[in-house]
Amino acid sequence: MKLLIKFISYIGLVLTLIPSLLVFTGNISLDSCKMLMLIGTIVWFVSAPGWMNKAEK
Amino acid sequence: MLKEKLLSQLNSVEEYERTPIPKNKLKGWKSFIGMYAGEHTAGTEFVIGPLFVAHGVSASDLLLGLLVGNILAVLSWAFLTGPIAVKKGITLYYLLEKISGTKVTFVYNLVNALMFCFLAGSMIAVSATAVGIPFNMAMPSLNDWLPNTVGWIVVVIAIGVATTIVAMFGYNQISKVANIAAPWMIMVFIASAVAVLPDLGVHSISDFWTKAKDTIWTGTPLEGQSQFTFWHVLFFAWFCNMAMHIGMADLSILRYAKKWYYGFSSAAGMFLGHYIAWVASGILYSLFLLESSFSTQFAPGPVAYRAAGLAGAVCVVIAGWTTANPTIYRAGLALQAIKPKWKTWKVTAIVGAITTSAALFPALVMKLLEFVALYGLLLMPMGAVIMMDIYVLPKLNLKSNFAEFFNRKFNPSAAISWVLTLLSAIFFNIYFGIEVFFLGLPGWFVASLVYIISNKVVQQKAEKSKETIA
Repeated sequence: MKLLIKFISYIGLVLTLIPSLLVFTGNISLDSCKMLMLIGTIVWFVSAPGWMNKAEK
Repeated sequence: MLKEKLLSQLNSVEEYERTPIPKNKLKGWKSFIGMYAGEHTAGTEFVIGPLFVAHGVSASDLLLGLLVGNILAVLSWAFLTGPIAVKKGITLYYLLEKISGTKVTFVYNLVNALMFCFLAGSMIAVSATAVGIPFNMAMPSLNDWLPNTVGWIVVVIAIGVATTIVAMFGYNQISKVANIAAPWMIMVFIASAVAVLPDLGVHSISDFWTKAKDTIWTGTPLEGQSQFTFWHVLFFAWFCNMAMHIGMADLSILRYAKKWYYGFSSAAGMFLGHYIAWVASGILYSLFLLESSFSTQFAPGPVAYRAAGLAGAVCVVIAGWTTANPTIYRAGLALQAIKPKWKTWKVTAIVGAITTSAALFPALVMKLLEFVALYGLLLMPMGAVIMMDIYVLPKLNLKSNFAEFFNRKFNPSAAISWVLTLLSAIFFNIYFGIEVFFLGLPGWFVASLVYIISNKVVQQKAEKSKETIA
């Protein structure tokens, strides 16, 4: 379960970063990039608390 | 019921201000990497990167100056702060009390707490520029010193209250928020800069260097701003956290480390925050300057929003928050050292109120480079005193922890070192025109030398008076 949540979190980070590279290469517009970054942000903040601060215990 | 539960939770916050940290409370390196990455990928980064652009740094001076300056900062944390933090295991304030006595420590703590309040205040102000976007709030400009709208005041107070409440729950809560936000924040910094590169005329990697030199970091300062060089960048990168490493304020944080070399974890903060994020925010600001025909408006929120939309604006808020939180916590520790019986959360609440009041003034943001340099310079002499006290005095057959050993409330050597260092800094600044960014290094040697020499005299007298009493 934890592994799945972690995987979802990383998807959130990927969604935050990769769209900007696609804007740079001319594959998507800046507006689409902003939308994907927002989705990535939500995914990260919803999923990351589920494993990040629990890992060290 | 809820009130009782909250009070009980707040009263149970134990930060071991005057005792070494129990072994089971020590933290692993991941905690420090998260803490440093979160703290130094922060609201200030949205201001410092653009101010370098405003001061006309050239592209090569920026990239090289940041590399050398950040390496020196990491080495300072690793070899100066880390070993003492782990060896002593107590806060800076308690250690200072043993060395300098309660009177010097009292003054130091007041100055320190005030500086921390101003720094945290500037972060709250940065967050406010993002929170104010949906309300069409008028943004401050480079020349603003006073709050210019009611909207600004309302937004700043709201953020200040929220930040203070989180800080009241102690280091663990702060560490958790910073840990979660850090990886995402650095992604947003990088992504927002990359996404606007085409708008700056960079369409392939090979275009970057040409545009970096000609469009982003042109080497020409904005009107009314001084010219920055490689040396400004190097010394700023090294000394912008001088109070924390050379000044030893991070003893309070690194005492939670299991090993001294956890000081190297500061590299996460330096190279993600003080390198990549400064470069990224500089890119965003240069686009803003181009599109606004070199407007004097200076508001990180709208700049990040232009590049990354809502995620960018949220990033500015969270970046400011994760810096303001530990800074308010540190200021709370500084004040609590004056009155150890005060509850941590109550002190933090007072500090939060002062911080929020300071945040109302946009000047804190506009003069951030000068303020950060001054704040490091003001607190640095006590770091030199601690270093000399621990490593050099025993080798000269002098006693460490003067105040504790001789049972004194006032150590004249520490006071003289502090005052003479600051007077020498003022002298060099006024009579030789040396800028505040460059005064820290000679100041450290002045403080160290004065402390050693004055200790020779002061300890001789203290020994004699001890013998007379005996």
